[in-house]
Amino acid sequence: MSYIAKSPWVIHYDGSSCNGCDIEVLACLTPMYDVERFGIINTGNPKHADVFLVTGSVNEQNKEVVKQIYEQMPEPKVVVAVGICACSGGVFKQCYNILGGVDTVIPVDVYVPGCAARPEAIIDGVVKGLAVLQEKRDNMVKGIDAPAEEPEAAAEEEKTEEGGEN
Amino acid sequence: MAKRTVIPFGPQHPVLPEPVHLDLVVEDETVVEAIPSIGFIHRGLEKLVEKRDYSQMVYVIERICGICSFGHGWGAAAAVEGAMGVKIPERAEYLRTILHELSRLHSHLLWLGLLADAFGFESLFNHCWRVRETVLDILEKTTGGRVIFSICKVGGLNKDIDNETLKEIVETLEGIKEEIKELTDVFIEDDSVKNRMVGVGVLSKEDAEELCAVGPVARGSGVVQDMRLTNNHGVYGELDFEPVIETAGDCYARCKVRIGEVFQSIELIAKAVAKIPEGPVSVPVKGNVEGEYMLRLEQPRGEAFYYAKGANSKFLQRMRVRTPTNMNIPALVKTLQGCDLADVPILILTIDPCISCTER
Repeated sequence: MSYIAKSPWVIHYDGSSCNGCDIEVLACLTPMYDVERFGIINTGNPKHADVFLVTGSVNEQNKEVVKQIYEQMPEPKVVVAVGICACSGGVFKQCYNILGGVDTVIPVDVYVPGCAARPEAIIDGVVKGLAVLQEKRDNMVKGIDAPAEEPEAAAEEEKTEEGGEN
Repeated sequence: MAKRTVIPFGPQHPVLPEPVHLDLVVEDETVVEAIPSIGFIHRGLEKLVEKRDYSQMVYVIERICGICSFGHGWGAAAAVEGAMGVKIPERAEYLRTILHELSRLHSHLLWLGLLADAFGFESLFNHCWRVRETVLDILEKTTGGRVIFSICKVGGLNKDIDNETLKEIVETLEGIKEEIKELTDVFIEDDSVKNRMVGVGVLSKEDAEELCAVGPVARGSGVVQDMRLTNNHGVYGELDFEPVIETAGDCYARCKVRIGEVFQSIELIAKAVAKIPEGPVSVPVKGNVEGEYMLRLEQPRGEAFYYAKGANSKFLQRMRVRTPTNMNIPALVKTLQGCDLADVPILILTIDPCISCTER
């Protein structure tokens, strides 16, 4: 279980998902799974958010939207790709309007596989993301700028680890 | 004349779980025109027929939407079965009907929660979703998935649901009926809820017919239209039911239609379980698809249309789907004209938009 000093707020955006992962993200917020016990609440404003949950892959129309939301979020921030479509394109990978996973446009920290990703998996992904967030925050406090390659390398590692479990 | 301003709404907006963009032209607080722009979720999955054969295509079509996923899988499978002339066993028809009604139940409970969230009734939203988890548990127990089931295949179903489990399902649903009643009473009787919905976004019967509204939107305006009555899919003909109709045409009427359908679904499941025959749940399907077939099916959001055409090959030549939200967007744009800016989220939600269905 990761430790975090402040309550992380999440923002959710539906890339080109089928809704399956989106309603599971919302299900995380409701009494059965209740992520509010970790201090997590869903906000509609990117400027208030620490964690960016993206479901679905990116296409020509929404890649600018995904980029804009990411850029509007203040540092430090963590991106969690929810569902196999957000990880790699999934079942729609060969569709003509799919560019691929979310990592084709913004750096991703945690990959949550599944079609649709189960609420337990999403919560696990967010909690893993919180460890990354805390690390980024500590680095900012110390004044260390993380090397540019590092987030991507960490993301690759996470991907293989998640993939191995399934 | 007041000054006109354009307010962009979406694609990322707190009330929308899905991206849709509307340019709202407002004069003071009144919306004079709403210009929708779509395409944020377009994937182009109909073109995947070139790369996936007909049995794989059922699973792709199922992933058009995560809320009405069972209906899409059923529609695609039934369209291919029709084109191939396959007759599926009666038990499979019954089970498909039961699973479809369970999806409708979970979809409408989900929608009631989102509606409560749209007018700021946070605790009601949470209660609706708490009750919905019971339905999801049933679906998970019987199909293995919470939102995407992949149980429908060409020729029937992948697995049987035994009679013992079916009886348990009916008992569980009877058990939560009381809880659902408590929640829906809030929607129907609570003054603060009524203030937000009664008389808001009125769609007349003539407009509903002219703009080709479907599903609960049409039924809320007094149009008697329910594809389950056409009896071309499932066993609805043997279950004896009347569609839920309201005549006021406002948000409150659309809400009441869906509440009526929640209880109707529970009843239909009980009736289907009482009548279900024994037997296999699938027939083997071999060979290529030749010919074409079209099918109209009642999804939770309204009439959906499926068309499959084969050219003597494993790969279909065309798979076409027309989804209910697509047909309800003209009705939405019509009701948005002249409404208050503050009512926009509720108006959008009462057509129960499913953007990923619309754009595919």
